[in-house]
Amino acid sequence: MPGRSWQRRQFLISSISFLAVSASGASAADFDPRQWSAGWNHMPSQVVPGGWTFFSPEEAAIVEALADRLIPADDLSPGGREAGIAVYIDRQLSGPFGNDTGLYLQPPFVDGLPGQGPQSPLTPAQRYRKSLAALDQYCKNGNLGKGFADLDGAAQDQLIAAMEAGTLALQGVNGKAFFQMLWQNTKEGFFADPIYGGNVNMAGWKMIGFPGARYDYRDWIERHNEPFPLPPVGLADHPDWANNVTQG
Amino acid sequence: MNRPALIGAAVIAAALIAGGVAASRNARAQDEAPTAQTEISTDPQTIAAGKYLVAAGDCVACHTAPGGAPFAGGTVILTPFGKLVGPNLTPDRATGIGDWTDDQFVRAVKYGIGHNGAHLYPGLPYVYFNEVPRADILKIRAYLATLPPVNNQIVSNQLPFPFDIRFLMAGWNLLYFPDHGDFRPDPSQSAEWNRGAFLVEGLGHCAACHTPKNFFGADRTHREFTGYIVDGNNAPALVNSTSNGLGTWSAGDIATYLKTGHNAYADASGAMSSVIIHSTSNLTLADDHAIAVYLKSLPGPQSAPQPIAATDPAMVAGSHIYADECSACHMTGGTGEPGIIPALKQSPVVNAAKPVTLAHVVLNGGRSVGTQDAPTASAMPAFDGILNDQDVADVLTYVRNSWGNAAPAVTADQVSKLH
Amino acid sequence: MATTLPHKDVAIIGLGWTGSILAYELATAGLDVVAIERGPWRDTATDFPPSWAPDELRYAVHLDLFQRPAQSTVTMRNNIKQTALPVRKFGSFIPGNGLGGAGVHWNGMTYRNMETDFNWRTHNEQRYGKNALPEDMTSQDWPITFQELEPFFDQFEKLAGISGKAGNLNGQIQPGGNPFEGPRSAEYPTPPDKQPFGATLYAQAAEGMGLHPFPIPSANLSQPYTNPLGVAMGQCTYCGFCDFFGCGNYAKASAQTCVMPALVRQKNFTARMNANVTKINLDSTGKKATGVTYVDDSGQEFIQPADLVLVCAFSFNCVHLLLLSGIGQPYDPVSNTGVVGKNYAYQCTSSVNIKLPGKILNPFISGGAVGMALFDYNGDNFDHTGLGFIGGGVLQAAHTGGKPLTQLVSFPGTPSWGSGWKKATKENYQIGYSLGTQGAVQSYRDAYLDLDPTYRDPYGSPLLRMTFDWHPNELKMSQYITGKLAEIGKAMGGTEIFATPAKAPYTVIPYQTTHNTGGAITGTNPTNSVVNKYMQSWDVPNVFVFGAAVFPQNGGFNPTGNVGALAYWGAHAIKTQYLKNPGPLVQA
Repeated sequence: MPGRSWQRRQFLISSISFLAVSASGASAADFDPRQWSAGWNHMPSQVVPGGWTFFSPEEAAIVEALADRLIPADDLSPGGREAGIAVYIDRQLSGPFGNDTGLYLQPPFVDGLPGQGPQSPLTPAQRYRKSLAALDQYCKNGNLGKGFADLDGAAQDQLIAAMEAGTLALQGVNGKAFFQMLWQNTKEGFFADPIYGGNVNMAGWKMIGFPGARYDYRDWIERHNEPFPLPPVGLADHPDWANNVTQG
Repeated sequence: MNRPALIGAAVIAAALIAGGVAASRNARAQDEAPTAQTEISTDPQTIAAGKYLVAAGDCVACHTAPGGAPFAGGTVILTPFGKLVGPNLTPDRATGIGDWTDDQFVRAVKYGIGHNGAHLYPGLPYVYFNEVPRADILKIRAYLATLPPVNNQIVSNQLPFPFDIRFLMAGWNLLYFPDHGDFRPDPSQSAEWNRGAFLVEGLGHCAACHTPKNFFGADRTHREFTGYIVDGNNAPALVNSTSNGLGTWSAGDIATYLKTGHNAYADASGAMSSVIIHSTSNLTLADDHAIAVYLKSLPGPQSAPQPIAATDPAMVAGSHIYADECSACHMTGGTGEPGIIPALKQSPVVNAAKPVTLAHVVLNGGRSVGTQDAPTASAMPAFDGILNDQDVADVLTYVRNSWGNAAPAVTADQVSKLH
Repeated sequence: MATTLPHKDVAIIGLGWTGSILAYELATAGLDVVAIERGPWRDTATDFPPSWAPDELRYAVHLDLFQRPAQSTVTMRNNIKQTALPVRKFGSFIPGNGLGGAGVHWNGMTYRNMETDFNWRTHNEQRYGKNALPEDMTSQDWPITFQELEPFFDQFEKLAGISGKAGNLNGQIQPGGNPFEGPRSAEYPTPPDKQPFGATLYAQAAEGMGLHPFPIPSANLSQPYTNPLGVAMGQCTYCGFCDFFGCGNYAKASAQTCVMPALVRQKNFTARMNANVTKINLDSTGKKATGVTYVDDSGQEFIQPADLVLVCAFSFNCVHLLLLSGIGQPYDPVSNTGVVGKNYAYQCTSSVNIKLPGKILNPFISGGAVGMALFDYNGDNFDHTGLGFIGGGVLQAAHTGGKPLTQLVSFPGTPSWGSGWKKATKENYQIGYSLGTQGAVQSYRDAYLDLDPTYRDPYGSPLLRMTFDWHPNELKMSQYITGKLAEIGKAMGGTEIFATPAKAPYTVIPYQTTHNTGGAITGTNPTNSVVNKYMQSWDVPNVFVFGAAVFPQNGGFNPTGNVGALAYWGAHAIKTQYLKNPGPLVQA
């Protein structure tokens, strides 16, 4: 009998995926791109702060201190610690970035000319481990007598500047190279989408006026020399979506 | 007592009362048929005409299983009363229709009487095929007879007790199967309108999906083509209404949609993809246009309900969600982009009373149909996991009440049931 | 143990722009075509919809859509005295991967060679004398003319729906277009993109100086469009997430957006994804290809027999395959013999950063090919007498977005971190603007590709080795045209004009452009080229090579317009000549 619901017979909307990406010609499993996998979602997972996946508590303290000097709190924005930069770096170091996943890691590793690109066999994770330890050792053993995280801001700034200039004699570590990597990751922690754990409350984007993950400016492109009025949004960060209706 | 049981009881009662009437109709069907013949035409023009009529009737949908041999049956049709399976229409003598007479074939298609005299279920839409002339049905038979015979034994009736009692259909037919006789053109209408009426009301059986059903699963004939929910998705209203129907589409737009799966306003997906591919894209553009002309003549509600105010909190939240996630493709004004992104403005799918398709599409995404004339097959991304239920509800409420649309709000609770 | 598969008429290596165009042309001509692509399928709604596409870290920094160096990379050195080392992490150039290849995440600037780009050597020698090209400069004429290729430029532009304004329509110069372009037979298929504020300031200043700015011919479509294959495309939203990103709006022309929906309907076409071709197989004579060998994701090896093999991978990957397969004689710069690997070239870019105090530029509102450009200092469009170089480049205002990790406009003297850095970054964001040049690179005897002696890929094959540096011609050219660009920056009202012309040595970081050309160049005979004018291998006539590898040298603009035209040109030759009479189409 005709009922209220008929099951459709055709499989064009089926959630069965015959995503035959196998290149095995033997079964002629050639790819059919007309299939549709319901709910296919490649959104990155939202990083949740709290705890460290890579850093020890001591390492984390150093990185938070570094982040707060590299991007200090002032009237332009919260500082690097509050912006979640250390959380960002921590999560990245335990993931593909930290492990050089996808890079060419065949030996022999030879120091090349600067123009030949990075040639180190050490992964970012390894380099952070070594470099943070060397930095902290330098502070404790030298006439500073305290770990990096316990120094005052001015002293920390001096050490950072020396690392940047290549004049800080860190044991077994190229301070300048470490500074470059750290500063790059710090900027990422300040300006990447908040879904990755940094740029908390879109602090970095708000500082410069970057609207973030917006995708449609057709109504604005010819409004020359006019300020863009809308606040930033992130992939998973949309403060203006909240429905203030109290549900009965 | 649960609903299927109630229905069963009611229908049994009706059947017992009406048994005699039904039996006499059965006899009438047999009397009306001329002497049985079993010589099937092999004329190429007849066969070609039959193939065309098979496209019009979308017989593939129920008689060719996915990946199966053509018309060898096996397609599962789930009803609230249980399962039916489309039978084998190949000329196989043991498991197909190879040993049927013409009369038996015509009786099945036109009157819902099986070749052994038992009632068929309206899974075969004989209620609509009833008005197709015998000559056309025999052309279909001639085409089917050219198919390779396939041995595939199908047990069609897989309904549970008591619905598997075919005799119950006698009562149902008495109530819901008036015998119209062959299609009679309306002399006050154009030839094109009549052609469209013939296709829509007959082989096209569009009402099977697009007309709401009553408690017993029969057409609410006074609300023809005002939309229905099939397999959890909206078969939208086709009447000529801008508030809920095809009012904004011209006849040309409808014809283009049927022929290619796309027009300036819509991109077919889901169940309609199949209809486009197997049925309407294989009709001539003239026939698709005739269907369009007929549909445009169907009256629909002209007064628009009041949209929810833009200041409503759900609308405000929905407007932001729309701007951030939807407008890049569907446009600020909800107009979509012709041939690739459907319009949301004055769309019957958007304005449907129960927004099941809207919710499904937002949650799961989906791909529109690709046809020879319109191969793009653009797809909608999935938002499940990106929008929570409240977000989905808000943006649907917004879309359903903007740009001339007006439809009931959507709640998070409704969305949660549609995952 | 390799499994031999059923025979196909055509095996296409790589399913990017050229692979897709050729697959469609040959499948619709009735041939059985298989395309074998190293990377994954790409589909707009499942791979880069607007819901997660605008992610700078993932796509522009971590290069999620690109080839991974672990799959394949190159080694690089500036000259033969150095040891080439692997590009362990892509920087200067980043090859694409997967369906659509680099065409998925390109900016979309779509130019044609000018007329004089084709007879480049002859033209310069005629104008500037026999010594116009130094002895070690191996740039040469193309064996094709602009007129021959014109209908195929048109065909590619119509496939992609390019948005632009014609500058020369059948010999008539049109206002608002590029007056230096070769005569076009038709207007662009869609009108030019809308322009952001900065680009309009550039155009006004340039016009005031008597120059000829025009809207960059753009594959970010200005309006919805249906191409001749019946495939529909959407409208660019100026989202500013273009270069390095897939387009979530179906608005950026690419193989998967423009060709695939029509191609997948062809019953005689199949695609094998995540399948890496390791070799083109030859018969015992070495003059006929029998098919290709490829390895799938699980490490299984397959042999795909075919009558015709089309090498449609990314440019230098094509050269790599020819070298690994023993097709053609490898180039040796010392003895100056051989051709495969010869005439490798690149793009010589530079920038001019300016501040426009008081302006609100909204740099985040833009598109990859949205901007204004001029060709007044390109090619031989200006008198080079006494300048000491040939060639030039496009001068463009194409600030393609305002993304904070990769597109901040830098100025010298800015504090490098801390509160000073914050203040400068915030202040410069709305007023900083970046102009650029894309300069031509000539070919040289000592700039070439060959096989590395030390480093190998996951399949055990030697990596491709790239030997390349800037030469005095390019450095002088860059100095000159960057100076001209700085003048325009000044005329725009720019303060703090920071010009950085190209400087030696060439380095493999930072990112510059992925316009790598040459190595399998086209020419008039087997001693000066790898392929003939129809892109057919001189040595193995049933192998054709497509893409920028065939360029004898690189012009002063993006290569994709040429690449698309050559794919259609080659398809036409295969369909109308080769299939009727397989064999060499040009007598050597």
